[in-house]
Amino acid sequence: MFTKTAHELHSLLINRKISSMELTEAVFARIEKVEDKVRAFVTLTKEEAIKQARAADERIKNKDGVTPLTGIPLAIKDNFCTRGILTTCSSKILANHLPAYDATVVHKIKAAGGVILGKTNMDEFAMGSSTENSGLHPTHNPWDLKSVPGGSSGGSAAAVAADEAVLATGSDTGGSIRQPAAFCGVVGMKPTYGRVSRYGLVAFASSLDQIGPITKDVSDNALLLNFLAGHDDKDSTSVDLPVPDYQKSLVDNIKNVRIGFIQELLGKGIDAEIKEIFKSAMKKLEELGAKIIEISMPNYEYAVAAYYLIAPAEASSNLARFDGVKYGHRTREAKDLLTMYNNTRAEGFGNEVKRRIMLGTYALSAGYYDAYYLKALKVRTLIKQDFEKAFGQCDLLISPVTPSVAFKLGEKAADPLAMYLSDIATIPVNLAGLPAISIPCGFSKNLPVGLQIIGKAFAEETILRAAYTFEQNTDWHKRKPPLE
Amino acid sequence: MGISKKEVEHVARLARLGLNENEKELMAKQLSTILDYADILKKLDTQNVPPTSHAIPMKNIFREDKTEPCLEVEEILNNAPDQEEHMFRVPKIIE
Repeated sequence: MFTKTAHELHSLLINRKISSMELTEAVFARIEKVEDKVRAFVTLTKEEAIKQARAADERIKNKDGVTPLTGIPLAIKDNFCTRGILTTCSSKILANHLPAYDATVVHKIKAAGGVILGKTNMDEFAMGSSTENSGLHPTHNPWDLKSVPGGSSGGSAAAVAADEAVLATGSDTGGSIRQPAAFCGVVGMKPTYGRVSRYGLVAFASSLDQIGPITKDVSDNALLLNFLAGHDDKDSTSVDLPVPDYQKSLVDNIKNVRIGFIQELLGKGIDAEIKEIFKSAMKKLEELGAKIIEISMPNYEYAVAAYYLIAPAEASSNLARFDGVKYGHRTREAKDLLTMYNNTRAEGFGNEVKRRIMLGTYALSAGYYDAYYLKALKVRTLIKQDFEKAFGQCDLLISPVTPSVAFKLGEKAADPLAMYLSDIATIPVNLAGLPAISIPCGFSKNLPVGLQIIGKAFAEETILRAAYTFEQNTDWHKRKPPLE
Repeated sequence: MGISKKEVEHVARLARLGLNENEKELMAKQLSTILDYADILKKLDTQNVPPTSHAIPMKNIFREDKTEPCLEVEEILNNAPDQEEHMFRVPKIIE
């Protein structure tokens, strides 16, 4: 039963065919069996989960406020604050951090009766594209244990792919939900900036970070998004717009929807097999009634450079709070305040985090601010304008999610720039604040390939409808990794 | 344009980040590679382009200045590496 989706399990639960307790125990048995190979989790909370499952079963029995999430076991990325449960961001600097409060999203999931299995591994502070930057341990791709699961939400994507969780949450600053979803063959959505409250999400780059669902199919993605979305007084960047019922977008019909493919993302640097698989997916969408249009986004090639100035600049400021005073690690070598700061941060942060703090501090420092940071913000405007122009001609945009399939562990670890360039297709979407999904659309070298569908701001419904239609007419999402 | 070891030391000081000699050398090399790549932005004429710091238009949000429940002091201090009498304790600052 652990292989099923949340919408399938929901009907089994409410018809009393299974209990949440049985389901939760089945998922923990699955974790027991495969976690040694995958290593998707950094913390498991079995005791709490059993209590939540028992409470969910009571709720179902008494028909008392049952939601589609009631009794469903799910995993939370480790950068979401969970009250009294370790929240490390996979960093040594937060190795013993027990938050005093729940992130808004965690609070909503608990209130809806969700069963929290534990916290998933990630690149330290969400900085990376492979989960190799975790300060705790790497995670392995369930499709090939020698390959990376992608990142930074690699633990969440791997857990869902390996059936170690029915659903999972992720966060996406430059592709951190969509890229691991593509590498692991699951569905991951980054909603519009402001659609989901970030309160209690440990900040990386505040103008780009967004929370979203990672699931086994598109229906579950809509199901979980219903519980994540919405305004929150505690996050002044969350938008006060009505939240539609996203499950109503699950309609198998894309007749006359205008879909543009981004010409620049079918050029050099994109693997030949990925291009072929993408073209077949595009043809499928056309057969299903969509109107395919070629779109040019001339500033796409500048996005990675702009992002790797903006995101580190924001990160260097956000991560200043880890100073050994209020929470987390403090060095033993602290004879004076400055030494305490320097040593605490030297001991607590990993290499990629240090690199980005340095890069961001440099880009913001006197003499370089205009040439780097301000220049990048202006290029961000140009990229946003490219999208505005494109959406004058079409309703959705599509592209491959990644230039290649999952790479081997260690392959890009020594070359930061090569790692950064693997985010070429996802980064521009964050710069423009738009929603986008990754869905399975084929296999290359026995590894999953993702299709990215990008929408206008707050057009998650259009994205879900197109993704659902594609999924209903293909079988890619039904394949399971050979983990046994 | 490269970044020298001396510049690395200056930036590390601003960032309150201790780096050993090896890290300084490596950082100079890696940051130079990334900044060289970022130079492609110079190809774009952005003289009349306004900067975007937030993708979605934002405005200040205000609320009534009234007291609301907040977290317990003890609970917050539980995460502090060092504390005394409801305060964070740090190395001596003033002689």
